[in-house]
Amino acid sequence: MDIKWDKILVGGDPLLVASQIAIVLTTVGIIAALTYFKKWKWLWDEWLTTVDHKKIGIMYILSGVLMFFRGGVDGLMMKAQTAVPENTFLDAQHYNEVFTTHGVIMIIFMAMPMLMGIINIAMPLQIGARDVAYPQLNALSFWLFFSGAMLFNLSFVVGGSPDAGWTSYFPLAGKEFSPGIGNNYYMIAIQIAGIGTLASGINFVVTILKMRTKGMSLMKMPMFTWTALITSLIIIIAFPIFTIALLIGMMDRLYGTHFFTVEAGGLDMLWANLFWLWGHPEVYIVILPAFGIFSDVIATFAKKRLYGYFSMVLAIVIISVLSMLVWVHHFYTMGVGPTVNSVFSITTMLIAIPTGIKMFNWLFTMRKGKIEFTTPMLWSLAFIPTFLIGGVTGVMLAMAAADFQYHNTLFLVAHFHYTLIPGTVYAVFAGLYYWWPKMFGYKLSEKIGKWHFWLFNIGFNVTFFPMFFLGLNGAVRRAYTYSAESGFSTLFLISAIGSIFLAAGFAALVYNIYWSFRHAERNVGNDPWGSGRTLEWSIGSPAPHYNFATLPEVKSIDAFWYMKKEKKGLELRKSDIKPIHMPAKSWIPVYMGAAFFVFGFVLVFEWHILSVIFGLSVLAGLAFRSFDYDSGYYVPVEEIIETEKWRGEIK
Amino acid sequence: MEKQEKGFPYGHVIGFLVAVALTIFALLVVFKTSFATSTKFTLIGLMAVFQAALQLFMFMHMTEGNDRDSKVIHTIYAIGMGIVIIVGSIWVMTAGHSIH
Ligand code: HEM
Ligand SMILES: [Cu+2]
Repeated sequence: MDIKWDKILVGGDPLLVASQIAIVLTTVGIIAALTYFKKWKWLWDEWLTTVDHKKIGIMYILSGVLMFFRGGVDGLMMKAQTAVPENTFLDAQHYNEVFTTHGVIMIIFMAMPMLMGIINIAMPLQIGARDVAYPQLNALSFWLFFSGAMLFNLSFVVGGSPDAGWTSYFPLAGKEFSPGIGNNYYMIAIQIAGIGTLASGINFVVTILKMRTKGMSLMKMPMFTWTALITSLIIIIAFPIFTIALLIGMMDRLYGTHFFTVEAGGLDMLWANLFWLWGHPEVYIVILPAFGIFSDVIATFAKKRLYGYFSMVLAIVIISVLSMLVWVHHFYTMGVGPTVNSVFSITTMLIAIPTGIKMFNWLFTMRKGKIEFTTPMLWSLAFIPTFLIGGVTGVMLAMAAADFQYHNTLFLVAHFHYTLIPGTVYAVFAGLYYWWPKMFGYKLSEKIGKWHFWLFNIGFNVTFFPMFFLGLNGAVRRAYTYSAESGFSTLFLISAIGSIFLAAGFAALVYNIYWSFRHAERNVGNDPWGSGRTLEWSIGSPAPHYNFATLPEVKSIDAFWYMKKEKKGLELRKSDIKPIHMPAKSWIPVYMGAAFFVFGFVLVFEWHILSVIFGLSVLAGLAFRSFDYDSGYYVPVEEIIETEKWRGEIK
Repeated sequence: MEKQEKGFPYGHVIGFLVAVALTIFALLVVFKTSFATSTKFTLIGLMAVFQAALQLFMFMHMTEGNDRDSKVIHTIYAIGMGIVIIVGSIWVMTAGHSIH
């Protein structure tokens, strides 16, 4: 067996050596701390083996914040490199690796887990369910995501990072042009996380279709739950395409097949075609739950029912269908001819219509409302104009003929950051502030939240607005430097300064989490915002592990709002409390995550015999699962009464 | 199908025989005839579609149970998306000069 010892540790670069040392020290530190405080058992029992959707959601969010840090540092490094012309902070190869890992991490390991986490926490509570349909599968999804994320992050210290862009286009990404093992990480780590995502999609669809509480018909569901449903459907349709593309891409790289190669009958552009058949729906996968979060937040803080509920539902359904019909707009310049380009131009522009409907519905929801400027609401308000800029520039890019000018410039980079950041990131922030009390029983500080909001917003616009003009002036994307004569320097410098504010905004968020954990007021009650409309606000904060002591009955949309108004359906009677059946925790998901991690690692290094052996360890996990007959346990009535004491005396 | 739930499952036996016959025909068309390749593809393609429909209706309870409508809807949705993905890809990859 040819073990590539020389390739295992990437050395030489002082930045890398410093990170390697930092990683080793942090790991040793964490292990030492866990041992010293005797927390291993707690970690294992409470977190690693949990199947509770809320804890899984919290783990998703925690990982998402970590990945945001990693991806953000990549972004800052790029901004530092291009701040002045002919800079030598990063060389060309290093810049390639940094934008590749930045793109992949931000989309797959930051945006996705953040949204999966928020769906996990809020969706079952909104539909009055006690968990998702398949709790153990849910834990498996998380551990596969985590395993993929760790494997991908390992690449920059062990073996070398992928460097062919987040799109990893063949033939560049093939063995012929990228011999090392760096790009194997792309094919394998994303595959592992993707299996988890697909499982989540199925899990959420079944949960929403089968586990709604009494009286909650589809058209009485909160808007966030609707978007979770449609997103999951897109996941089920789109992810298998990527699964197959990654699989055959991996076969090309590892076993010498010729699906995407230039010679021997391969079709390199087929990768671009398959990638975007998944890639465009993927951007809707990360934007639709965000739309749902904004809808709920805006209705809550405008204290009005969401305007045009039916048209909102229709709009997301139409968006989901159109999202599958536009993929070619990412490679108009491939030369597919005027007919194909025109068709995809039109389908792309059509998406602006349902999106416009949603924009107006949000505005009409706020019209004549008593708007309360809480932090979640601020993020939602800022989203509307900034996302509009992203949308309008999107329509500009949709015109195939014009796209030949914009293609591959920083104009495009500015456009998609103007959709992804206000769309996804602002929504994630809004959702975190909004549901934080439901997760932890205390609010994040509103005061630090405003710092976070203003720094991030100003930073974002100062960083990315100049990029539109840079792009129109001809600055190409993915270029590590430019000459002073190009005249780009001023705008690049402004953009770099903006990114410092972005970083400060992120730091404010982290500080807010720390500060609120230490000092925020506890005992916020079930409805900490005072204007909650949906069922999650009817139960304690943090939500008890069984969620609902008795399952609520829903009569209309915004059920909790009407229960409060009519003072009906809210009190808890002792005679109604029955023992609650809950699923048992399990070690199998975390084992599967570990098994996939090692399996993926040996695949990346192309150690074929070892990969057969560790492949068997994955199968072993499946076999254990088949003989797992633990059907859970009952929460006794006394425990429920004890937990529900915050309601006052229970008669 | 409901009628046969108690007695001998004729429907299933016939379905099974037809499925086997279709498979054998497909092999025969490919190995034992001298049609042009495109004709062979059309023939076995048709048989594949017929085979899939047979499986869905005879064995996979497509039209039974109280969630029948949702099964039909999601099957049609999946077929529609399959067509978009496959026909769309072939169209895009063979149009213009991308293939050359
Ligand atoms: C936090 C602040 C961020 C900064 C400073 C930043 C900065 C950048 C820069 C400088 C580039 C490369 C431009 C070039 O081509 O030379 C880039 C590319 C990219 N960014 Fe960001 N970004 C940020 C956040 C995000 C977020 C939140 C997402 C997604 C959710 C994202 C997704 C991407 C993608 C997909 C690429 C393309 C990578 C490629 O070319 O393969 N970024 N970003
Ligand atoms: Cu797109």
